[in-house]
Amino acid sequence: MENMLNTLSTLWETSGFYMMAADWRQLVMIVLACVLLYMGLVKKFEPLLLVGIAFGMLLTNLPGSEMYHPELWDAYIAGEITLTGIIHEGGLLDILYIGVKSGLYPSLIFMGVGAMTDFGPLIANPKSLLLGAAAQLGIFAAFLMAIGIFGFEPNVAASIGIIGGADGPTAIWLTSQLAPDYLAPIAIAAYSYMALIPLIQPPVMKLLTTKEEREIKMEQLRPVSKTEKVLFPIIVTIFVCLLLPSVAPLLGCLMLGNLFKESGLTDRLSDTAQNAMMNIVTIFLSTSVGATAVYYRFLTPQTIFIIVLGLIAFEFATVGGLLLGKLMCVITKGKINPLIGSAGVSAVPMAARVSQMVGQKANPSNFLLMHAMGPNVAGVIGSAVAAGFLLAVFGG
Amino acid sequence: MTMTFADALLYSLLGIAVVFFALILLILIICIMNLFRKKEEKAAPAAAPAAAAPAVVAEPEYAPGTAGELKLYDTDERVAAMLMAIVADELGAPLNELRFKSIRELK
Repeated sequence: MENMLNTLSTLWETSGFYMMAADWRQLVMIVLACVLLYMGLVKKFEPLLLVGIAFGMLLTNLPGSEMYHPELWDAYIAGEITLTGIIHEGGLLDILYIGVKSGLYPSLIFMGVGAMTDFGPLIANPKSLLLGAAAQLGIFAAFLMAIGIFGFEPNVAASIGIIGGADGPTAIWLTSQLAPDYLAPIAIAAYSYMALIPLIQPPVMKLLTTKEEREIKMEQLRPVSKTEKVLFPIIVTIFVCLLLPSVAPLLGCLMLGNLFKESGLTDRLSDTAQNAMMNIVTIFLSTSVGATAVYYRFLTPQTIFIIVLGLIAFEFATVGGLLLGKLMCVITKGKINPLIGSAGVSAVPMAARVSQMVGQKANPSNFLLMHAMGPNVAGVIGSAVAAGFLLAVFGG
Repeated sequence: MTMTFADALLYSLLGIAVVFFALILLILIICIMNLFRKKEEKAAPAAAPAAAAPAVVAEPEYAPGTAGELKLYDTDERVAAMLMAIVADELGAPLNELRFKSIRELK
């Protein structure tokens, strides 16, 4: 009888319920994970990523699950342990996290994105690259505020700023290199705000543009030849990676995926990159990023600051694109609708759809979608370049 | 490592300048590509008449009853042959009395 009681007592003491009593914050994280699951599954906020992130967060905060060990990664960063040591001592999510830490998953996701992206509208209207550049204002505005107001260290401020790039893989790629401790709040902020773009952008767009500007109809884009589409990824890779070698993993994979698509000779590879590979990597990426949201690192005032700064970054990015759009509208004597500037924040294709939606509300016969796709894909390149710059400066 | 606001401002200005520089470089490259495309397009009409003459000579002789060439889009010849046979069977008409212009797979 005594043995039985001892066994029951041991079972109770090794259960997660018992361990949870030691720290209430684990319960808070489990509730938070369930809220994020609700947002992904019921409210459909970026469900493909948010569901995985939320579930990773749930798994890592279940007491006793031992699936992710942040202290092992601290030891790895300090050079006290190798990746082999992590494989031996770590849990399942530690092993999956190797792909995040090495920058493998974000780069492979970019390959899939490249295979799905049509750079035709950008090639047809190269001026839209300027709008993609202007929309990176959000990154640097948030970086400045993170340092000047909230007192973050430069590497963390750079990772927070990249939320303004509105590009999940880029944010994860840069943060995993510069500030891995903040990966979960930054990834969650980036993906949440990307899902909320239809709510975040329109008020700013209406505030900064007049009705006459929103009504502007743009000329039809010229057709782009296959040769131009095939040459574009090769040339961009050569020139941008020579300019900023640190961006090569992201941009190289983006352009390789696009070359698979445009060459017309590698349809099978293009199909794999945009479907099977993308889906597999998304599962690994989202769950392992969610796993980094360990309660004692996530439940801090810094997380709230990051959420606030992320929103500021998105708004400034929208403002940057719109203001340059307005300037280009004046210079071209009303040939450019400034609304396409807001699509420069990346977040393909959601931001372009928002430009189309707001433009069509002002003038029902207005079709801005293809025009907005130019700045939209330019934003992807722009945010990757900005990330490469930040890594080159603060990565050492 | 901490950073003053002035330093952060300088880094921000440098960062946005690098982004603009990289993307303006791409604009120039696209414009150069566009110039080549325009040159090729100008050269194409001049070359076209010269190419047209041998094309007439090279026109293939069709078998009796043939009604032109069939264009296939995302469809292989085997499937096309099967479809034409089915249509002919359904209509009760011989294949050489039917004219198929193109077959396209609807996705």
